[in-house]
Amino acid sequence: MELAFALGLIAQKFILIVIIFGISLVAAMYSTYAERKVAAFFQDRVGPNRAGPLGILQPLADGAKMFMKEEIIPTRANPFLFIVGPSLAIMTACIGSAVIPWGQQMVIGSTVVDLQVTDINVGVLYIFGVVSLGVYGIMIGGWASNNKYSLLGAIRAASQNISYEIAMGLSIIALLMITGTLSLRDITAQQHGFWNGHWFTWNVFKQPLGFLLFMVCAFAETNRSPFDLPECETELVGGYHTEYSSMKLGFYLFAEYINMFVSSAVMATLYFGGYNYPFMDVVNAHIGLTWGPLVGTFFLFVKIVLFIFFFMWVRWTIPRFRYDQLMDLGWKILIPLAIANIVITGLIYNFK
Amino acid sequence: MEQLTNRRKVIESKPLNFLERAYLPAILSGLRITGKHFFRKSVTIRYPEQKREFSENFRGQHSLKRDEEGRERCTACGLCALSCPAEAITMIAAERQKGEEHLYREEKYAAVYEINMLRCIFCGLCEEACPKEAIYLDGDIVPSNFLRKDFIYGKDKLVEKPLNQ
Repeated sequence: MELAFALGLIAQKFILIVIIFGISLVAAMYSTYAERKVAAFFQDRVGPNRAGPLGILQPLADGAKMFMKEEIIPTRANPFLFIVGPSLAIMTACIGSAVIPWGQQMVIGSTVVDLQVTDINVGVLYIFGVVSLGVYGIMIGGWASNNKYSLLGAIRAASQNISYEIAMGLSIIALLMITGTLSLRDITAQQHGFWNGHWFTWNVFKQPLGFLLFMVCAFAETNRSPFDLPECETELVGGYHTEYSSMKLGFYLFAEYINMFVSSAVMATLYFGGYNYPFMDVVNAHIGLTWGPLVGTFFLFVKIVLFIFFFMWVRWTIPRFRYDQLMDLGWKILIPLAIANIVITGLIYNFK
Repeated sequence: MEQLTNRRKVIESKPLNFLERAYLPAILSGLRITGKHFFRKSVTIRYPEQKREFSENFRGQHSLKRDEEGRERCTACGLCALSCPAEAITMIAAERQKGEEHLYREEKYAAVYEINMLRCIFCGLCEEACPKEAIYLDGDIVPSNFLRKDFIYGKDKLVEKPLNQ
């Protein structure tokens, strides 16, 4: 009995992991397509439209191209680390989604299925750990290339990520002060529904400044424009992946999109109510707790897609920061604002 | 100094005020501009399927014309080849035999007539030089190809289709 239960749980988690892994890879794949399409729309163009109807098969064509290109390892590069770099980048990108609650518990017959791979009670810290690991992929890849442009790009990425992690951590402390928990499942459950009688339940309405800071830091952590200095072509040839070719380059590009997907999911979970949506109790009462949670999952994905769209919108609007401006913004503006946010939150929630 | 026109604009460089220094309002207005473009119709012409309208004097691929009875007008006089600044045209003349009067208008005709489309600059001088009104650059854009030899267009591609087919 005990063993059967354990095996069932393992099978359940395994299926869930495979599904989430598949979804995040497919989402990343189609983000590349969406990026090109969105960029085209913003510039009054058409975008890729030759592979399949509306260019739907473009990511497959790109993937096939990546796999078939010549694999080059420079003679002066460190061959082991050269391969470790992109592998680490994509691995850290993928494991971030493990703690995100994708929906309420599904009730199938008598079994209860968690739509979350694991609910560790320090979920937020886990996310931070994974995010800070992400810089190793870039740093190792840039160093192993034995090329000064790659190294400069990698150093920029490392210093940028380290500086913005501080502001990110501080901005989230204010959020943790009002939620009182580090578990992502509890944080999401606290944002149940949309309106609790006297105020919105979603954290973005309780922590608007915190959300803004967190979002800016998320842009910086994923190395997206306007903070894409590590791969700044105008100054650094190609940045940390100058020497990379074939699928190793593909992994770096892919990792960026998976990062984008995961950070969108984290932002949606922490600040925009995750799987919660208005009138969810009514919907759940109508279609039951077996399929009701999947509606919430759908809404979570809608939020994620909107965030990804916003990432792209910003990318095709704003020019890149200069490096000193980037550091100024991180250290002189975001960190003081985040600390002020903590103080204000503390005052308000103490005297309320 | 006295101004000659009133078009001169004096630009002051003031220090940025707080809102300008705060990045966000500027970013929002930028997002609004790109957002407007998102819904604008794309200006792309999807080339092979759609075509931009050509002007009336557009010079495209050459065609060798036939007369009203469907006979080839070209007499292989060579004036087009002579006038061609890019030396793209070559031809071999032949004499019309008995029984071929319905094919060629005059006693002499071009047995081989080749234009190298990689050399041709589409200037239209051959058109002007032709005394028989046999060549016109009234076709479409010359399509791309993989091999150089396939850019040498012979009579099979250049001569107009027979009239009654």
